[in-house]
Amino acid sequence: MTASLYEQIGGEAAVNAAVDIFYRKVLADHRINRFFDGVDMDQQAAKQKAFFTMAFGGPNNYSGTDMRNAHARLVQMGLDGSHFNAVMENLAATMQELNVPSDLIAQAAAIAESTRTDVLGK
Amino acid sequence: MHNITFADKSLVCQPDETLLQAFLRENIEIPNSCHQGACQSCLMQSLDNPPPASAQNGLKDSLQAQKYFLACLCRPEQSMTVALPNTSNNLFVAHVVKKEPLNPDIVRVVMQCQPDFKFFAGQFVNIHHPVSGVSRSYSIANVPKQDNQIEFHIRRLNNGYFSNWVHDDLTPGTELAISSAQGSCHYVPGKAQQPMLFIGTGSGLAPLYSIILDALNQGHQGDIHLYHGSTVFDGLYLVQELRAMAAGFSNFHYHPCVSSELGNPNIKIGRAHDIALQEISDLRSWRVYLCGHPEMVKQTKRTAFLYGASLKEIYADPFYSSQPKS
Repeated sequence: MTASLYEQIGGEAAVNAAVDIFYRKVLADHRINRFFDGVDMDQQAAKQKAFFTMAFGGPNNYSGTDMRNAHARLVQMGLDGSHFNAVMENLAATMQELNVPSDLIAQAAAIAESTRTDVLGK
Repeated sequence: MHNITFADKSLVCQPDETLLQAFLRENIEIPNSCHQGACQSCLMQSLDNPPPASAQNGLKDSLQAQKYFLACLCRPEQSMTVALPNTSNNLFVAHVVKKEPLNPDIVRVVMQCQPDFKFFAGQFVNIHHPVSGVSRSYSIANVPKQDNQIEFHIRRLNNGYFSNWVHDDLTPGTELAISSAQGSCHYVPGKAQQPMLFIGTGSGLAPLYSIILDALNQGHQGDIHLYHGSTVFDGLYLVQELRAMAAGFSNFHYHPCVSSELGNPNIKIGRAHDIALQEISDLRSWRVYLCGHPEMVKQTKRTAFLYGASLKEIYADPFYSSQPKS
């Protein structure tokens, strides 16, 4: 049996490294950082850890409804496809910074992309 | 198989299940969500034996030192008595032994505690008003000592019911009830070389002073920078003591800051967090402690993270006044 995407990327250690880099990128990204104003940073990091675990194909309990509910407030604030694209860019840049091979980046990006309609409440 | 005691219940955790699964099997409700150690909803604390290290994965080291763990990651290796966070209702008796002004707005209150009252430097307690029962949270400003005395720095707030009572009416000899010590903003030994940044405003100095004393007592080697801020010079306090500490410990650096008063030599002009992050802008590998005004704490936490500090290394203790407390 070949290793899962999650194992190939490096499991939980990779997730932890990714969260730190990714969260710093989105907070510094003027296109999207207003959506992170006022949130509890520790809780946000925990959510991002769950998100990366999912994107890396790891064990997760996320449902489409969770994604919808979690982002409904942001959709009201104007969250749209351009913001989703910005997050996808930061996601790819994070994985590049961690030297994840490009075929694995593509797989993880595809998993993240699959949440688009739920995140945007479409 | 190990026996787990939780509140008035007792259960057995089977070898093939996590503690959270055992709770759910027994229909004992505790907060839970992701079941994979990410959301930290099922945070619990062992009141006796240490939890397995693997159940503490991802927690701040100060929480680990207090035997906190995640029920969903916990496969018990020994029997434990466990509790949800901050549900201890134990009250301790403390006698006021001294009250003295530190500056025009802040008094130092020293209390004698029972020997069984334990705390980590940097933690806080809730102090109960002896008549009305109203309580307020105050940080302990000293380190654990043989004589079981603890001290607080209490600032008078405009229209502050509790702080005005402390300033105007509280006298030595008064017996008060205090809660067990709470909070995870404290020094954890093991990284003696790590540089540490402390930023506090007003009486937010109290827990920082306590943590710094603790770190120095425990032989911390790395640089320790303290930026203490106030709007006016009179708002600073313990200035002589902190200067003396800086003279005595070559790795301790004290930076008093005043934001709206000019002309005092040896005092930096500006807001403490602005000055600190101008002077130290690469926080990679640093540990950061923040205490004081909630907006300052929130803003500085974000900046410190953007400047490279890991979130797990940022300890924030915002001082909320009583109204928004739920």
